Amino acid sequence: MDVVLDFERPIVELKRRIQQLRELQEANGVDLSASIEQLEVQARRLQENIFGKLTPWQRTQLARHPHRPYTLDYVDGLFTEWTELHGDRCGYDDHAIVGGTARFKHLGAADDGLGGKPVLIVGHQKGRNTKENLFRNFGMARPDGYRKAMRLFRLAERFGLPILTFIDTSGAYPGLDAEERGQAEAIARNIMEMATLKVPVVCLVAGEGGSGGALAIGVANRVLMLENSVYSVISPEGCAAILWRDRAEASRAAEALRITASDCLSLGVVDEVVPEELGGAHRYASQTVAAVGAAVRRHLTELLPLSTQELLDDRYDRFRRLGAFDAA
Amino acid sequence: MSQGTRWFEQRRDFVASVPPDSAPAAGKPETPELFTKCPGCAEVVFNDVLVKQQFVCAKCDHHFRVGAVDRLRALCDDPPSVLLHDADLLARDQLGFIDSKPYAKRLVDARKKSGRNDAFISVAGPVAGVDMEIGSFDFSFLGGSMGAVVGEMITRLFERAADRKVPAVVISASGGARMQEGVLSLMQMAKTCAALARLRDAGMPYVSVLTHPTTGGVAASFAMLGDVIVAEPGALIGFAGPRVIRETIGQELPAGFQTSEYLLEHGLIDLIVSRPQLKPTLGRLLRQLLNLPPMG
Ligand SMILES: [Zn+2]
Repeated sequence: MDVVLDFERPIVELKRRIQQLRELQEANGVDLSASIEQLEVQARRLQENIFGKLTPWQRTQLARHPHRPYTLDYVDGLFTEWTELHGDRCGYDDHAIVGGTARFKHLGAADDGLGGKPVLIVGHQKGRNTKENLFRNFGMARPDGYRKAMRLFRLAERFGLPILTFIDTSGAYPGLDAEERGQAEAIARNIMEMATLKVPVVCLVAGEGGSGGALAIGVANRVLMLENSVYSVISPEGCAAILWRDRAEASRAAEALRITASDCLSLGVVDEVVPEELGGAHRYASQTVAAVGAAVRRHLTELLPLSTQELLDDRYDRFRRLGAFDAA
Repeated sequence: MSQGTRWFEQRRDFVASVPPDSAPAAGKPETPELFTKCPGCAEVVFNDVLVKQQFVCAKCDHHFRVGAVDRLRALCDDPPSVLLHDADLLARDQLGFIDSKPYAKRLVDARKKSGRNDAFISVAGPVAGVDMEIGSFDFSFLGGSMGAVVGEMITRLFERAADRKVPAVVISASGGARMQEGVLSLMQMAKTCAALARLRDAGMPYVSVLTHPTTGGVAASFAMLGDVIVAEPGALIGFAGPRVIRETIGQELPAGFQTSEYLLEHGLIDLIVSRPQLKPTLGRLLRQLLNLPPMG
């Protein structure tokens, strides 16, 4: 079922009219090409207008859109031989985080040398319907998920596989069992241990970058961010509830928190913004997956020649300089 | 520059049971309260006595909130001789954040009220005869929230400990990352933890002391990563706040959920130590881990 956001409704309706005209033309053999063309120009202009000046709150909605590519869509589109690996070896397998090994797709004559190379992939995984979301816990991981991720990171390190992570979570699961099993410790542990990984780590903020639950798989040499994804210390709703005492102020909070990709780029939190088609990743999934693939491969190609020490120092320095202050 | 003297004489961070924002009634001169009612047992205690007892009620063991200066003064062997580090760092309003009040204004007010620049004090010197880098959060400064300055101070604390080959101790009391610094406050978790990994490589121990409350981005970074994790009795410790958890699961939380005692029972911390026992415990532990002889 198509999920249409309020602000994109005019575009979707116009496109539906174009589609109707096309069908009419087909069925009745009348020439409507002039009107169709006119409407298409109009639709393109509308799309440029709306998507050219999205508010942070609108981008938040795009980042959460259920048709946006998820981790397993990137796995499908960019890799072969995907072998999902399960479990934290402490009694749990968290389905909100998926992980496994795969190989980069070979790009034929245009290959960059990565084609066929093995890689470890870890990412949050959301569901597209209620049933899937119950299984995936809406992409909100418990400590078990983070511990599984860490186990796989160390596996990759032992065998020299580069690591690719996909962030897409509203946050770590705030539940009783998660606390009981040490949610804070699991996140903390990952953040620290990721800083010590001896292989290249590239991360994409693909949708929602929700606080510590996102960062727990995000301590990378390169952090990329899709244009309409968001990365934040707290959800706009959560921030609004605390600072404005009203969740309805979420759009103001989204503005104040500077959570968009271009904000994160200017703050130094991400290294590159991967552009989306006008209309958003949820309407242009395959193009988005391809653009991400190209960016990831480019960054990995730059990182692969680095020595272990260079990789460690690069990652340390990358996070070491974040956050400005003055001296009295 | 980092040589600070007389830090220990800074205005006492006395936090009584009076809410911090309760301004004195207009016209009335501002006189310090002489005594405090214990929220644990309702006993009225003289403030001077409370200070001597490190803000712990002698009758019911209730741990009052204690400020960073009082905390460190009680731990350091010779407070006047310790080095004060990084007290000159000033937070910057990098986002231009405004909610009901601009963040810049919040900072100015908090500095005026506390007499210091941010929510953390970092010092170096012996505690129970062990030279160390030790710091404490100050909850009264914007809820002990961690922004770039606190993150930088803790990172430097770990880096200095690694350089000098001495242990590190951090006493946490924080609601988590400082929202007004946005995603940059989140990044302080990565910055501090990466420095902590380097301290581990340097072979030096780190003891994390959790006090009421330690939650959010502070809990989910260096606070839960101590080689040894010590907590004060009855502290609230956790990743998510109780209100959020209650709303998520739609049911009441068990009594004592997310307290020090609960964490101990679930294997998440090493030990619970009453405040007056903290100094001897730190000394004993670190001397054992560093293979030093026991204190005379
Ligand atoms: Zn009492």
